[in-house]
Amino acid sequence: MKPIRITSTHQSITFSRRMIVLGGAQVAVGGLLIGRLGWLAVAQNEKYQLLSESNRVQLIPVPPRRGWMIDRYGKPIAINRASFRVDIIPQQLDKGRDIVPELARLLQLDEEEVARIRTELAESRGFQPVQVGENVTYEQYAGVTVRLPDLPGVQATRGYSRYYPDGPAVAHLVGYVGSANAKEYEAEDKNPLLIIPGFKIGKQGLEKTLEPYLRGTPGGQRVEVTARGRLVKELDPKPDRSGETVQLTIDEGLQQYAARRMGDQSGALVAVDVTSGDVLAYVSMPAFDPNSFSEGIGRTEWKMLSEDDHLPLLNKVAQGLYPSGSTIKPAMALAFLKQGVDPKRRVNCPGGYQIGNRYFRCDAVHGPMDMHSAVERSCNTYFWATGLITDPQATTDMVNYLGYGEEFDLPIPTQRYGTMPSPEWLEKKYHRKWQGYDTANTSIGQGYVLINPIQLAVMPGRLASGKLIQPRLLMGKPRKPIPALDVDPEHLEFVRKAMGSVVNDHGTAVGSKLPLDGILMAGKTGTAQVFRLGERGHQSNWALRDHALFIAFAPVDKPRYAIGCIIEHGGFGASAAAPIVRDSMTYLFDKQKAFAALAPLEEQWGGTLAERNARQLADFKSASRATQA
Amino acid sequence: MITSAIIPRPLARLPWRLIFLVASIASFGLIVLYSAAGGSVQPWAIKQGVVFLFFLGVAVGMSWMSEATIKSLAFPVYGVTLVMLIGVEALGFVSKGAQRWLDLGPVRLQPSEFMKPAIVLTLARFYELVPAAEIRKWRAIWPAAVLLGVPAFLILVQPDLGTCIMVVLCGVTVMFLAGLPWWVFAAPAGMIAVAAPIAYQFMHGYQKKRIDTFLNPESDPLGAGYHIAQSKIAIGSGGIWGKGFLHGSQSHLDYLPEGHTDFVFATMAEEWGFAGGVLLIAAFGLVIRWGMKVSANSRTRFGQLAAAGLSATIFFYVSINLMMVMGLAPVVGVPLPLVSFGGSAVMTVMLCLGLLMALERQQRTRSGLAG
Repeated sequence: MKPIRITSTHQSITFSRRMIVLGGAQVAVGGLLIGRLGWLAVAQNEKYQLLSESNRVQLIPVPPRRGWMIDRYGKPIAINRASFRVDIIPQQLDKGRDIVPELARLLQLDEEEVARIRTELAESRGFQPVQVGENVTYEQYAGVTVRLPDLPGVQATRGYSRYYPDGPAVAHLVGYVGSANAKEYEAEDKNPLLIIPGFKIGKQGLEKTLEPYLRGTPGGQRVEVTARGRLVKELDPKPDRSGETVQLTIDEGLQQYAARRMGDQSGALVAVDVTSGDVLAYVSMPAFDPNSFSEGIGRTEWKMLSEDDHLPLLNKVAQGLYPSGSTIKPAMALAFLKQGVDPKRRVNCPGGYQIGNRYFRCDAVHGPMDMHSAVERSCNTYFWATGLITDPQATTDMVNYLGYGEEFDLPIPTQRYGTMPSPEWLEKKYHRKWQGYDTANTSIGQGYVLINPIQLAVMPGRLASGKLIQPRLLMGKPRKPIPALDVDPEHLEFVRKAMGSVVNDHGTAVGSKLPLDGILMAGKTGTAQVFRLGERGHQSNWALRDHALFIAFAPVDKPRYAIGCIIEHGGFGASAAAPIVRDSMTYLFDKQKAFAALAPLEEQWGGTLAERNARQLADFKSASRATQA
Repeated sequence: MITSAIIPRPLARLPWRLIFLVASIASFGLIVLYSAAGGSVQPWAIKQGVVFLFFLGVAVGMSWMSEATIKSLAFPVYGVTLVMLIGVEALGFVSKGAQRWLDLGPVRLQPSEFMKPAIVLTLARFYELVPAAEIRKWRAIWPAAVLLGVPAFLILVQPDLGTCIMVVLCGVTVMFLAGLPWWVFAAPAGMIAVAAPIAYQFMHGYQKKRIDTFLNPESDPLGAGYHIAQSKIAIGSGGIWGKGFLHGSQSHLDYLPEGHTDFVFATMAEEWGFAGGVLLIAAFGLVIRWGMKVSANSRTRFGQLAAAGLSATIFFYVSINLMMVMGLAPVVGVPLPLVSFGGSAVMTVMLCLGLLMALERQQRTRSGLAG
């Protein structure tokens, strides 16, 4: 503080000066306010106008109809069926009147459902419907409809639900649909379409991978709503667009036939058109009924499926891995030929072969074998001995080139493609040198060899056509020219002839000749040892049996189709897998003969697939009720 | 001032231009309230109109008070208001809840409202009594600080941050104009600037969140930042000329919360646009300028300080509210006087204007006598 005397004159000057400062500050604040107003209302106007519009207008989405899946001839595989549903529009409810008990009585809802409806009503946002019942019967729908004037806020609508006419036969191919879960809802940035009652998305199989095509574009009723969700007025609607129809390469008839022909066995069958790679059948049995999943599967049915030791929930085509067994031998023969092995070179089979300090046992005492007869009679000794005089890396490369251990570009969610072992692979994976017994194991499709059923069909397909075909599931995908296999056509012809003999001369599958005039099938049996039994957990007799495999193509002289089949624990390939392939192949040439072969079998099994499934479920239900009681 | 033989002298001596200006602002406010109610005079516009007319009458009545009377009332009014503030506090303590008003039968008295003009008059009176030579001494500072600090604290713990800030700003304005040394204002301002970031570090999570929300309301558009985000949308979507009377979707569809009270400016700007906003700000500017002129023309130290302080009260009301609704200040609950629905702000502002009119009449009478 300065020691000067301040007079009232001083004070008056100070006041005037400070009034100017204050006035200036006020003008500055006024300028700032107008500036800010201009910034918001003029400069940023467009942004805020958009925000205001998105506040004002809400879209009540109208779900699009899901696209169909049809087979190569246009037959339906996945379609939509009219269904009836009942919802509540919370804001139209009469306040003070509880209509839930009345609806529960009309629709015969259980307590669990009533509790769910009450929770959803409490949490709902005014104009969004709350689901009361889905897939109600026509009688229930009609019952609600006639009482509608008396039930304000209740909405009874006809909608669509997914329907698979072939049921379990296509289960692992198409997968199934279901309501989106919280994770899927988050993953799509909280797409409001996903939480509309009754809206289903693909959960498995093609339904999942083809989701972008099948879903379509939702339309919607544009409405003006208040912040509290009250509807003020309806604006012009936005039309929806149905999902696309997707045509598959599948032959629905063959698919269904093969599924039925497998009976109660656990296995997989894949059929391809060898000229194009089109997958005609993609069967994994036993299977669940995808229709049950679409409607929300019951707890009992789920329990039954998950407890079954035939694993109906596992897609064996894409995820089942098996030792190839002797089905590898045609590819081995081709590899040997390419490396210059003389097909006439003979190896004597005394019923086994000594490698190092271990004696490998053959299935029989075959005597002197050349390459043709070794394939025809499936002599292991020949392949062990010849494997040891060839280069394991070059051999593996050839088998791999023909499809074993290859991952294919297919629209399926998960694909396990197995292993085709080579010295390089062994060094990388297990850090050890390739030994003679590795060659021995690999040359008969045992040891580290693991393949999936798609490869089981592609391999004979490539051998039959001489082309590097790639399996395809979608008709719409552009077709690329298929390159020829980089092998000597004479070698291929040799292998095809040997495979022809397997079925038609003195081979292992002579019991599975086609019952057709002038059409011969070529094939190769395989029997895969089931090792590491303890880990699989099923210690029944069935589970100890070997896997049965069979690969085939037909006709021998002018190949059209190739089929690969594996029957889990089916025993010998010739007895379990080959007849199924034979009948499926027959179907492709003569449907009547094929069904004639199926009829007595189904009679023996106790009805068609659908009949047996229904009976199994009924038995399980009564059994589980009995244990509860 | 209208001079006419037909109009009686006392009426002609009223500051008609100011009354017209204030009535225009209030009428515009009624139009906005009519729209905010979805095109209805119920429940807000009619009530607000009655309250306004009543306090306009009170203000005009007050304009006949002499400066001497106002001066003599300054300390007693301050004292009574302070006692009422303590009373509210005690009542709140008894009823175990926040309380801001005293229930006196038909009228609810909110003492903190009276404190705004009361603190201005008291400090003006105090500095009139301080001799010019003492103004830079400690004796001129601490009593004012106590006079201001005690009610400010009582209002802050009510809790009513908005009113507390207003009372402090009004008091500080009078102290500033009284000629207190600069450091009295610069030092606390500097301290706040330094301490704020440090204090932020020590705050609780929810307190930090409030500050964050103010600094970036879009970060939490559905929670605490909802008010300010919706207010900005309403103002911003109005454009230059607005969406038109009764066509504001933000306010009519209830997206804008408090669209008839604290955020009434957003309701207005949505329908009347930038043009309406500028017009309203300009009208308030003219009212404040009129008050500042009364202060500048005042011959007495009390008149100068009181008139400037009362004008500043109106200025702070308007500017804090507008900064708040346009996202320049945190939401502290200060209404826009004469426009926002609610009697308290109308009462305070009309009391201030009544006092200003009284002070202005004194100048004219005295100058008339002198001339």
